[in-house]
Amino acid sequence: MIIATIIGMAIVTMVPRFLPAFIMNGLTLKPWVNRWLNAIPFAALGALIFPGIMYVIDDRPLIGILGGVVAAVIALFNVNVIFAVIGSILTVYLLTM
Amino acid sequence: MEHVQTLTEEEFSKQTAIKKGLVAGFPIFLGYLPIAIAYGVLAKESGLSTMETTMMSVLVFAGASQLMAAGLFASGAMFVEIVIATFVLNFRHFIMSMSFMNKAKDFPVRWKFLLSLGLTDETFAVSSLHGGKAKHKYGTLFYLALILFAYIGWILGSLAGALLGDIIPTAISQSMGIALYAMFIGLLAPSVKKEWRIGIIAAFSMLINYILYEPLGFKDQQEGWAIVISTIIGSLLGIFLLKEDDES
Repeated sequence: MIIATIIGMAIVTMVPRFLPAFIMNGLTLKPWVNRWLNAIPFAALGALIFPGIMYVIDDRPLIGILGGVVAAVIALFNVNVIFAVIGSILTVYLLTM
Repeated sequence: MEHVQTLTEEEFSKQTAIKKGLVAGFPIFLGYLPIAIAYGVLAKESGLSTMETTMMSVLVFAGASQLMAAGLFASGAMFVEIVIATFVLNFRHFIMSMSFMNKAKDFPVRWKFLLSLGLTDETFAVSSLHGGKAKHKYGTLFYLALILFAYIGWILGSLAGALLGDIIPTAISQSMGIALYAMFIGLLAPSVKKEWRIGIIAAFSMLINYILYEPLGFKDQQEGWAIVISTIIGSLLGIFLLKEDDES
C-alpha cells in the first residue's frame, strides 16, 4: 500500500510538471502573455520567501528575517548566490547559539 | 583538419554548458541536503522502509509534499488522502512549468518533457534566472546538469537520513533551514537591483501570500493553494509593469 501511494504521488506530481511541455509546444503567444509568463519566476520567488522565512526557527520570526536581510545584502554585491546562502546560515547559527 | 577542429570546439562548449549547469545547481544541492536528511529521518520514523523512503525521493522529487506525506503516513492516513494532498501542494509546478516552457520554446519536445520532470521550486527559480541559457546551443545540457545535480543531492540526502538518522547536529541543521530561502533571496535581489519593477511584483506576491497564510489561515493546510494564488496574482502585475524583453 505504501508503494501504491508513492506511485500515486509520483503521477499527480509528474503530470502538472510535464503537461505544459506539450500544451505550449509550438504556440505563438501574445506579448502580454509573454510578459505574464516572464513575471512568474519573480512572483513565485516572493511567495516562496515570505512569510515562510519567518518560520525557519519556531516562534522566533526575527531570526529568519535577519538571515534573509544578510542574504539580500550579500546578494546586492553581485557575488555567487552560494555566499548569500553561507552568510545567512552563519547568521542564523550565531543568533540561535 | 577542419573537421577535427570543429569537433573539439563542440566538445568544449558542451563541457562548458555542463560545468556552468553544475555551478548553478550547487547551491540547490547544498540546500537540499539538510531538508532531504530531515525527510529521510521522518519517513523512517513513520514506518517506511529505507527503500520506500528513497524511492519516494526518486519518483516524486518534491520536498514539501514528501515531508507532508511522511507525516500523514505516521498519522495513519490512507492512499486517497495523501495523493490528493500531494496534488494540491505540487500543483504550483504547473504554473512554473508554463513559464519555463516559454523560455525553452526552441528546445525539442522530448527535452522539454525530460526537463519538466525535474522542475521544483528551486530548480525552476535558478533555471528562470538563467533564462538566457535557453538560447545557447547546449542550453539543454545546462539545464539538465543543473537539475540532475539537485536531484542527486535530494536522493542522497534522503538515503543518508534513512540509513544514518539525524547525522547533522540540531544546531547546524536548524541553521541550514534558511539555506533555500537565502538562495531565493540571492536570486531575486540582483534582478530587483537591475529592475525595480521586479521588486514590486515580488513584494505584491509576498503580501498576498502573507494575507492568505496568516489572517485567512491557509498556513496549516493549504500552503500549496496560497503559493499558487499569490504567484498568479503577483505575476499578473507583470503584464503592466514588465517590458517585452525582461527575461532575466
